Amino acid sequence: MSTGERLDQATPLTLMAPLPVGATRRRERIARRRSIVAAFVLLAPSGVFLAAFTYWPVLEVLVRSFIDQQFGEVARFGFGNYERLFADPHFRQAAWNNVVYGVGTIVPSLALALLFSLGLRDNRRFTAFLRTLLVLPMMIPLVAASALFIFIFLPGEGLIDHYLSFLGAGQTNWLGDPSLAMPSIIAITVWKNTGYYMLFFLAGLAGIPDDLNEAAMLEGAGPIRRFRYVTFPLLGPTLAFVLVIALLNVLTQVDHIVVMTDGGPSDATNVLLFYIYQQAHQNNDAGLAAAATMVSVVVLFLLSAGSLRALERGIHYES
Amino acid sequence: MSRKRGREVRLLVMLALAAAALFWAIPFAWMLVASLRPESASAADIASLIPSGTIGFGNFAEAWSEGTFPLWYFNTFLMCGGILAVQCVTVSAAGYAFARLSFPGRTVLFYLFLLQLMLVPPILIVPNLTTIVSLGLYDRLPGVMAPYLASAFGTFLMRQTFRSIPRDYEDAAMLDGASLPQVIWHVLLPLARPGLAAFAIVSVSYHWNEFLWPLIALSSPENQVLTVGLASFTSGAESATEWGVIAAGTLLVAAPLILIFVIFQRRIVSSFVFTGIK
Repeated sequence: MSTGERLDQATPLTLMAPLPVGATRRRERIARRRSIVAAFVLLAPSGVFLAAFTYWPVLEVLVRSFIDQQFGEVARFGFGNYERLFADPHFRQAAWNNVVYGVGTIVPSLALALLFSLGLRDNRRFTAFLRTLLVLPMMIPLVAASALFIFIFLPGEGLIDHYLSFLGAGQTNWLGDPSLAMPSIIAITVWKNTGYYMLFFLAGLAGIPDDLNEAAMLEGAGPIRRFRYVTFPLLGPTLAFVLVIALLNVLTQVDHIVVMTDGGPSDATNVLLFYIYQQAHQNNDAGLAAAATMVSVVVLFLLSAGSLRALERGIHYES
Repeated sequence: MSRKRGREVRLLVMLALAAAALFWAIPFAWMLVASLRPESASAADIASLIPSGTIGFGNFAEAWSEGTFPLWYFNTFLMCGGILAVQCVTVSAAGYAFARLSFPGRTVLFYLFLLQLMLVPPILIVPNLTTIVSLGLYDRLPGVMAPYLASAFGTFLMRQTFRSIPRDYEDAAMLDGASLPQVIWHVLLPLARPGLAAFAIVSVSYHWNEFLWPLIALSSPENQVLTVGLASFTSGAESATEWGVIAAGTLLVAAPLILIFVIFQRRIVSSFVFTGIK
């Protein structure tokens, strides 16, 4: 197409006399072939890395998960690892914990991020300052935040107990009590991630044309109805996108668990990735680790495929 | 209905938001106060949010001498910079291909790319460790970087960005006889800069903060990065006097990113807007 135009520019006469059909077709074929070659060259660098560090390891884990070889025994091919995995009470506990952790972190952090972005969307000095306060936790490594929170949760001397003691409360073993450890881990995660999600919501809100809201306002719609019928539906794709990121975080963030609780007390904060890490590095049970990895891969895939489809639909709708 | 009531409500909402944001900043405020508190502070003082005694940088000096911060900064900088530099190439190339070129299997390939959004390296640490060991990259920075050099997130972001740029610019450049690499380099990338900036923020803050993978993929002290280094010197701390040092160390690790964000806040938010994640 563009080569044709270049020709036209060079010899304006060709505008009057169209090229023979065969020549145009050949030119199209050449352009098509060039486009395929260009695509190949442009995609190759990413393709090499994806093949080596995404596709290959998944296949490797898949195969490994079917080879059941326990210490000193002959390897057997089959569902042995999966049978052992689903029979392992630690795994079941970790899977259930991951559900609790997921719901417990995603619901409040997304709701808060949405609220904050709605309230702080104006670009004023004061709102910018408040936004910065909320985004600061995103900038601290999770390990560093964990070090901070170990102190905050410290029984007796720590920040929370120090200030609660003014209210007459005694010592609380926030991280050592099996019923409090998971809520504490959830609290630090919500604190850390909310600002990050807020950034995406702010971006999404900025993409909604003002005239839509103004029109609704002229029609007499109050702020709540404007949010319900104008802002929220238009924010759908952003929500789907943030949800994918949040789901990923639920299955991939374990730094705080490694540093703060080591999965304990008595498995109260053990989650899937930590379980995988334990099996692979502490118990040297590669088969069990591989089976557990496959389970979390499948779960992650199913959960985010739904959200991503919603996201793609939103983008097609837009363009 | 009255305008006055509307203003009152808005003021109340703003106050509630300010209270929430200040509450959010408490751990941060404590870190700042504790890091500047003199080392002689007693155990009762350490939890207080109110500065006491003379402010000093003793904790920072001690954290600096306890860890090998210059080395950790250097390695972290090299790791983040290396990942980002390679990613910029892979991500803009692939993003352009998906945004502009037509070729057979484009949709299928795009979904194959997006798979990496879900099959993120942290889930695959076990097999990836085997891979970098067999490539001879264990305990070397390129080994830590390798799994991240292609990015589905970045490819997706750049595809969106390129799509939002009108085709006319490229067509005009092509008419002037520019080749495809020239068009991408001189025309599209300058226009796509906000998209790349948003990606850079996400990428650098992710890798600056990452812990588990470098912990596993690196072993010798001279290859350590900030997060792993910090964890190694905080794990031993128990007594009250050491919390000031830990707070100082944490600030040292986080300071570069915080500075960048505070300085470029507006531009960061607007580049997120630009990428059209709507």
